[in-house]
Amino acid sequence: MSAVLELKNLGYTYGKGTPFEKRAVDGVSLSINKGELVGIIGHTGSGKSTLVQMLNGLIRPTDGQVLLEGTDIWEKPKEIRKIRFRVGMVFQYPEYQLFEETVYKDIAFGPTNMGKTGDELDFAVRSAASFTGLKPELLDKSPFDLSGGEKRRAAIAGVIAMDPDVLVLDEPTAGLDPMGRELLLSQIIQYHKQRKNTVLLVSHSMEDIARVADRIMVMSRSRLVMFEETKEVFSHGAELEQIGLRVPEITKIMQELKNRGFDIPDGILTVDEAFAVLSRLLKKEGKIW
Amino acid sequence: MVRDVAFGQYFPAKSLIHRLDPRAKLVMFTAYIVIIFCTFNFASLAVTTAFTVLFVALSGVPFKFYFKSLKVIILIVLITSLLNLFYGSGEPIWQWWIFRITQNGINRAIFVTLRIVCLILASSCLTFTTSPTEMTDAIERLMKPLKILHFPVHEIAMMMSLALRFVPTLLEETDKIMQAQKARGSDFESGGITKRVRALTPILVPLFVSAFRRAYEIATAMECRCYNGGDGRTRMKSIHLSARDCISFAVLGLVITGVILCNIFLEPAI
Amino acid sequence: MSFITLKDVVFSYDDIESNPNAPRAVDGVSMSVEKGEFVAVIGHNGCGKSTIAKHLNAMLLPDSGKVFVDSDDTSDENKTFDIRKKVGLVLQNPDNQLVASIVEEDVAFGPENLGVEPEEIRKRVDSALKAVGMYEYREHAPFKLSGGQKQRVAIAGILAIQPECIVLDEPTAMLDPSGRSEVMSTLLKLNREKKMTVVLITHYMDEAVLADRVIVMDGGRVLTEGTPEEVFSQVELLKKHRLDVPQSAELMYRLRGAGVEVSSIPLNVADCISALEEVLR
Repeated sequence: MSAVLELKNLGYTYGKGTPFEKRAVDGVSLSINKGELVGIIGHTGSGKSTLVQMLNGLIRPTDGQVLLEGTDIWEKPKEIRKIRFRVGMVFQYPEYQLFEETVYKDIAFGPTNMGKTGDELDFAVRSAASFTGLKPELLDKSPFDLSGGEKRRAAIAGVIAMDPDVLVLDEPTAGLDPMGRELLLSQIIQYHKQRKNTVLLVSHSMEDIARVADRIMVMSRSRLVMFEETKEVFSHGAELEQIGLRVPEITKIMQELKNRGFDIPDGILTVDEAFAVLSRLLKKEGKIW
Repeated sequence: MVRDVAFGQYFPAKSLIHRLDPRAKLVMFTAYIVIIFCTFNFASLAVTTAFTVLFVALSGVPFKFYFKSLKVIILIVLITSLLNLFYGSGEPIWQWWIFRITQNGINRAIFVTLRIVCLILASSCLTFTTSPTEMTDAIERLMKPLKILHFPVHEIAMMMSLALRFVPTLLEETDKIMQAQKARGSDFESGGITKRVRALTPILVPLFVSAFRRAYEIATAMECRCYNGGDGRTRMKSIHLSARDCISFAVLGLVITGVILCNIFLEPAI
Repeated sequence: MSFITLKDVVFSYDDIESNPNAPRAVDGVSMSVEKGEFVAVIGHNGCGKSTIAKHLNAMLLPDSGKVFVDSDDTSDENKTFDIRKKVGLVLQNPDNQLVASIVEEDVAFGPENLGVEPEEIRKRVDSALKAVGMYEYREHAPFKLSGGQKQRVAIAGILAIQPECIVLDEPTAMLDPSGRSEVMSTLLKLNREKKMTVVLITHYMDEAVLADRVIVMDGGRVLTEGTPEEVFSQVELLKKHRLDVPQSAELMYRLRGAGVEVSSIPLNVADCISALEEVLR
């Protein structure tokens, strides 16, 4: 598998040379493969927001490099805008960026900035809207007349419409209710599967991350402390708790049962898996049929 | 970052200056501005500068904060003092091409520099030692007589204190919206003036929408906390004049007298 | 009579008299809150739970039906301020509730509006800030605090009014996990130690589990109510309405469906582990 993003000893210091100097990201090196869905977890203030903003050149690293398909994104600083079309970034509460008269025009803002026109533009807008599950009849409405969940979708569609190779989502489900969270998350997975591009998902919900991520980056105190497969990361429950993170409830339950001597594998991430394991166990002992 | 600017920020402490009545501070500050521009010779300048230094020293705010607010205006100070240096009248001491320096020019440069520096130090001292609530409270009380003329004194003071409270929040929000639009390819750095102005729409529209939403929510929150205009309100930090204030007024009075005497009996230096 | 009683409350954001078919945010809700209780109201966005919250302190008045707070009718305009003194409302966005530039001055805002004497305000502010664990931050600027800290200051701002009941409209929706647990432990402490009546509107099941009583709303009506055990053991009903269920409860529910004998549905990790251990032994 080829790497789409490579970080080499990446670091960032706020207010360098002033008494308010603060190291936000420190010596992060990793490589992300094409088509991966990577989860990013960490405490507020762990440096994950600064890190993701360096991926599309919104923040220029004070040291180290970001390589997009082998080339340093800051090789030609004048062309940094082009990088932003290739690495799409959806911020937290993205609905606060909506500004156009209609939803259609708002989604078209990014692709228009790229220079798309006519049929190409129309296709970009409509397919982005359908990826996020936005009904076509909403496209002619004012974005300010939409419901909270619809606004969120419209804003995400505005980034997807640029058809980026890498899509970074910073807590896309924050503030939504369980149903909205569930729906949006499955829409993102579907988009990822169809489009086969790379998706980076920052989230505080361990349950969500456990369900969707192939690999997880764990940030703590400006540093990358783990970058492993999801099962592997969540089998380090004690270490995660030490840095103020937790594992999904179900993982914790199954891990504890294993510790108490039952025949249960490591890294159970969903209720489905747990149910399958437990019913197999109970059948073997003849407690259920 | 915008929020790192020191000028106009409150620095919580319990110094003598902090404990002065905010009304006294405001009145003294106003008188001070007049005085600083009425210094025409070195003696009076020395008196006002000493007065400024005294207040700064008594404010209990570390000097590095004052230095930070001075840093912002250093360029303005340099330019104005250079201009003054070269535009003095009288016999030149030194001359080269169109540049000529006179004693009068040197004096004017010194005066203008010291006046601006003193002014910044004094206004920083005022904002460092007076919380925005105290400040608006003071303004409200000083303007109270205007209430007879049906001037909405309380409402204006409330608006001011809310505005002060939400400036940092809105600045932060502007920053976030800008980043989000940049991520969608907004370009604020290139193009002619019309293009740049147009590029602001994606920032201004969301900012206004959000400001209105906030305003609505703040109003709800204030109602929930039994806000019902200014009538019958009390204040936790009741302010009243004390001996401290009288002493500072006395010091200021001495400074004013000093400056006037110097101006009468000594030759003006500029 | 209960401390707060709602009787057949109907409310629409449109004018219901001119347009009887207007969508109703709340459609015939009756419920009550006893003194000292910790009640959680859960449901989707748009289920009417926030509208209910605003009815509890007379921010909204029912189109039909009645709301009584300590036997006072909320539609009686003369009682509005008495009611808001008894029932404090904390909103979702902590940023938009803090009105002053210094923490302690913000907390003082409520009692100042009520015309309380300065020394008494000082006492109330200090004790409110101590109750939420923000006393050390009393001279900080609100915008430099974390989300959880801001929300705790907002709670202190309500406490300083010395209400008998505190209603919170999704206070944790915009917070990160540590902010959420700060706010939840503050609320539990207020309820357990100071006997404060708490009504928590939320869509997080793990918060509702900690309440004495849970009211589930859907489509402007009450779907079910009871103790957390009673409510969350109705896994099927909750799932049908696409509401969240704690993972522990869901697992045990499914095992029960597969024929395992389960005495009660566990709501947290520890209970679930011991229940499973019992089954497996």
